[in-house]
Amino acid sequence: MTKNLRVKSSKLVDETYRISFKFNGTTYYGFKGDTLASALLANNIHLVGRSFKYHRPRGIMTAGSEEPNAIVQLHNGTSRTEPNVRATEIEIYEGLVATSQNCWPSVKFDIGGINNFLSPLLPAGFYYKTFMWPASFWEKYEYFIRKSAGLGKSPDVPDPDIYEHKYIHCDVLVIGAGISGIIAAKTAAKNGFKTLLVEEKSYLGGSTIYQYSEFFKINNQNSASWLEKEINEIKKIENLEIKTRTSVAAFHGYNFLLARENLTDHLPLEQRENKTRQRLLKIRAKKVITATGSIERPLIFDNNDRPGILLSSAIKKYADLFGVACGEKNILFTNNDSVYETAISLIQKGIKVQAIIDNREEIDSKLIKETEKNNIKIYKGYTIVDTFGYKRINSVSIMKLSKDGQKVIGSKENISCDSLGISGGWTPAVHLFTQSGGKLKFRDDDQVFIPNTYPSNQISIGSCNGDFTLDEILINTPKLLKEFLNIKKTEYENIEIYSAFNKSKRNIWLLPSNKIVGKTKSFVDFQNDATAKDIKLALREGFRSIEHVKRYTTTGMGTDQGKLGNMHALGIISETASSKMGELGTTTFRPPYTPLTFGTIVGRNVGKYFDIIRKTPIHEWHVENKAEFENVGQWKRAWYYPQNDENMHEAVQRESKAARDSAGILDASTLGKIDIQGTDASEFLNRVYTNAWSKLEIGKCRYGLMLNEDGMVYDDGVTTRLDENHYIMTTTTGGAATVLGKLEDYLQTEWPELDVYLTSVTDHYATISVCGPNSKKIIQKVIPEIDLSDKDFPHMSFKNSKIGKVKCRVMRISFTGEQSYEINIQANYAKSVWENCMEAGKEFNITPYGTETMHLLRAEKGFIIAGQDTDATMTPIDLQMDWIVSKKKFDFIGKRSLYRSDTIREDRKQLVGLITDNPEEILEEGAQIVADMNKTPIEMLGHVTSSYFSPNLKKSIALGVVKGGKNMMGQKLIIPMEKKQINVTVTDPVFLDKENKRLNA
Amino acid sequence: MFLINCPFCGEREQSEFKAGGEAHIVRPKQPTELSDDQWAEYLFMRKNIKGIQFERWNHIHGCRKWFNMVRDTSNDEIKAVYKMGEKPPVK
Ligand SMILES: [Zn+2]
Repeated sequence: MTKNLRVKSSKLVDETYRISFKFNGTTYYGFKGDTLASALLANNIHLVGRSFKYHRPRGIMTAGSEEPNAIVQLHNGTSRTEPNVRATEIEIYEGLVATSQNCWPSVKFDIGGINNFLSPLLPAGFYYKTFMWPASFWEKYEYFIRKSAGLGKSPDVPDPDIYEHKYIHCDVLVIGAGISGIIAAKTAAKNGFKTLLVEEKSYLGGSTIYQYSEFFKINNQNSASWLEKEINEIKKIENLEIKTRTSVAAFHGYNFLLARENLTDHLPLEQRENKTRQRLLKIRAKKVITATGSIERPLIFDNNDRPGILLSSAIKKYADLFGVACGEKNILFTNNDSVYETAISLIQKGIKVQAIIDNREEIDSKLIKETEKNNIKIYKGYTIVDTFGYKRINSVSIMKLSKDGQKVIGSKENISCDSLGISGGWTPAVHLFTQSGGKLKFRDDDQVFIPNTYPSNQISIGSCNGDFTLDEILINTPKLLKEFLNIKKTEYENIEIYSAFNKSKRNIWLLPSNKIVGKTKSFVDFQNDATAKDIKLALREGFRSIEHVKRYTTTGMGTDQGKLGNMHALGIISETASSKMGELGTTTFRPPYTPLTFGTIVGRNVGKYFDIIRKTPIHEWHVENKAEFENVGQWKRAWYYPQNDENMHEAVQRESKAARDSAGILDASTLGKIDIQGTDASEFLNRVYTNAWSKLEIGKCRYGLMLNEDGMVYDDGVTTRLDENHYIMTTTTGGAATVLGKLEDYLQTEWPELDVYLTSVTDHYATISVCGPNSKKIIQKVIPEIDLSDKDFPHMSFKNSKIGKVKCRVMRISFTGEQSYEINIQANYAKSVWENCMEAGKEFNITPYGTETMHLLRAEKGFIIAGQDTDATMTPIDLQMDWIVSKKKFDFIGKRSLYRSDTIREDRKQLVGLITDNPEEILEEGAQIVADMNKTPIEMLGHVTSSYFSPNLKKSIALGVVKGGKNMMGQKLIIPMEKKQINVTVTDPVFLDKENKRLNA
Repeated sequence: MFLINCPFCGEREQSEFKAGGEAHIVRPKQPTELSDDQWAEYLFMRKNIKGIQFERWNHIHGCRKWFNMVRDTSNDEIKAVYKMGEKPPVK
């Protein structure tokens, strides 16, 4: 089994630098420069995984990012384990540990493999047809599906690596550093464009860089040598930046692209410490040149998925670039000239080519002649009808094709092999182009989709544009570049090209067999196990759109997005349904082109940097005094201050009682504050609030309710008239930004004639609220010079004052129903003023309280919290706040909506109080409210919006919205819970001090 | 992601902007005069065009100005941007 299939002279690997790695528990060796795939192949290992549905043994199939089968799990410790890594892309490093995915208990003996024998029972749409019914069984099905299928394991601990984001702006971005990309980058940079060239592989030059054959020449040198010189030149150009191991994941509109730059994945583990692992490049390019090349097509025939079957170009690449033979007895199977390039490379390296099967009958080219010279048997006009060998291909059956290519004739012949290279021609890699919004056209000559119209300043060049041969590339690319870059001349005008490639191709999407289609397993999508039979079944069942067939058969829905087989799926649909390829269109290619790790996507925005954290200027005091915090949007707000092992309930009860019995203090700094100035400020407030503002005296405060144009409550808060043309508006904590945005919107777009200026001052002022019967005494101690007498400073008024030398604004307003003062002070003095209040309030047992107590205190008074007791369906009338809606005002935002036929209905949900029969029973917020449990279906009348145990009233209180609740005072309702029913009585929403005596107590 | 040419600041990333729905819908001067249907027309009815659409945009993380945009929704091409109160420069 263990053999060394390394052959002499490779382009990329350094045979003096040996690297050991582990695959499925066994240690192997490779060399620096190897990918995991090339190193495994050098050790004669093809079997690397199991297929998704049938668990068929699968081998390495490609040598690039299009790989469908060889996806492995990398283990670099538990936190760095990574699933779905393509063995064809990962470069080996000392200490690499990889295992196969999607097989249990092992890749060689896989229990799921039984699905292969059950496959007649697993046709296309099987999951849809079977597991969808009955719905209640889904959980059971899912368990088994997940166990037997699945693509690797995600790490269950945080990713310890460093990722970052970087913005790049350039004149020209060139994607892909094959021969056309190199030419483009050099031309752009030399003409003064700031150019960025990105290449997903570790080396430059694409497939030309290992094309040493005498059959492909540029200016009388073999193409590889010519390109090497070009590469050496471009490395010296100053305004050209080259990034290798960088793959473009997404090409969005307006030439905005995302690329992943891989910085450390190829390094030995100990060299990765403290280095950025991957960088997400956010590239905005004035011009984009896509040179992403093309992907070789497989051929679709019975059992075309066995380990040992590779794309012919991959076999060539492993031989030329890595010095690895994929087998000792190679067969090549083709419909075009490409495999002869492979054959010639193999011959040069002394690797045996057993036979070539070419489905073309009459063919002749220099490449074929050269191959025949080496006594390689070419079966012309033949096709493979079957392959053999379970864990590795060991032979093929071939038969002659009929003239029309529709069936096979004659007798079967068997040829033994240990590797089979297949080529169905080439598919331009147009994925990024179509992501950008580009539209394709179908070229009938060689059955390919190529770019047609560009949505932004971009072009595609080289084989991704359908120029496959060396002469086409070197003639067309300079022409395209001249026009695109608006330049007169390139260096590539009078170049001499010699290419022996003959473009003839015999395209048969599904090769015929001596068996009926239903008895074959001709794979179209290797990763998802979709076969030609599945596609035909989908068509028989009436699916016609390619997008529907894709989803029904899961063709192209794997992590490789069907890079190999999508064209064949289209071709088979087109042939079966007799529709034209060009009219079918393709499925949508979506970003990312190859999968990205979450780490790369989030960059540095992890942990405490995930989102902005806003803290009030008094925050440190709350921390020192052991507050528990609550997230309110981005704010951290003190929630409650537990003492001596109190739980939340106990702390809140204590805080609430203290605030009403003597004094409480609250950090209200998070409330939104908007400074409003201008000669039309009063008129503006008239238009945005439901109540009247013109007559508010200077030095007075007023509560306002703001609606949306649809009449629903949007925000509320107290606004104070500081001067004739100067107000300060407060908003809810969560509404601060959106209220400002809404006000600006109206000012700029509907009422530009108003002279009003808005400034957000939320962060500039801190707000300290002191409430309770002793609040006046405390404030007097803190601000001795202020007259706090009820006559001079009544409820809902304001005064400018000073604490020491620092100016402050004092408002007498209350959200608790207690006598209450708010000090607004420049933020940087806030903590010391807070401490002054605490010191002054000591003799009155001043008690700091958090948001939970604030909510409880206001609920006792029946004050709403916009966003808790309201949602976007509550009008002020629904809230029983008719008093705040001006009847006199001509107009305000939302006024007209208050008497639409729907908003005047009597049976709308309305805010009411709810008192439980058992005063100890606390309702759950969100619980449903019903009247009649016997009605079917049970009618939901509303729900509980706020609920607390009131220590001041010594009973449970709640607010809720109930259909027609306004007219249900005293009525009994039911709150049905999982295991009980709670009986409640509808009451007025104001539970405490209806007469507002406490405000002036 | 669009590059948007704010009429006040110049070209900026789309992430600095907020879309604000259909443009050129004027708030009725006398809402009280309107029938429910007329008011609903203003309040709820918005076009959703495949093709040329007139939109409001706000440079919310920039100058905070509102302006109008003409955009082809079928390919996201921005045909024009212009200030509030100005007439669209294209039809
Ligand atoms: Zn701007």
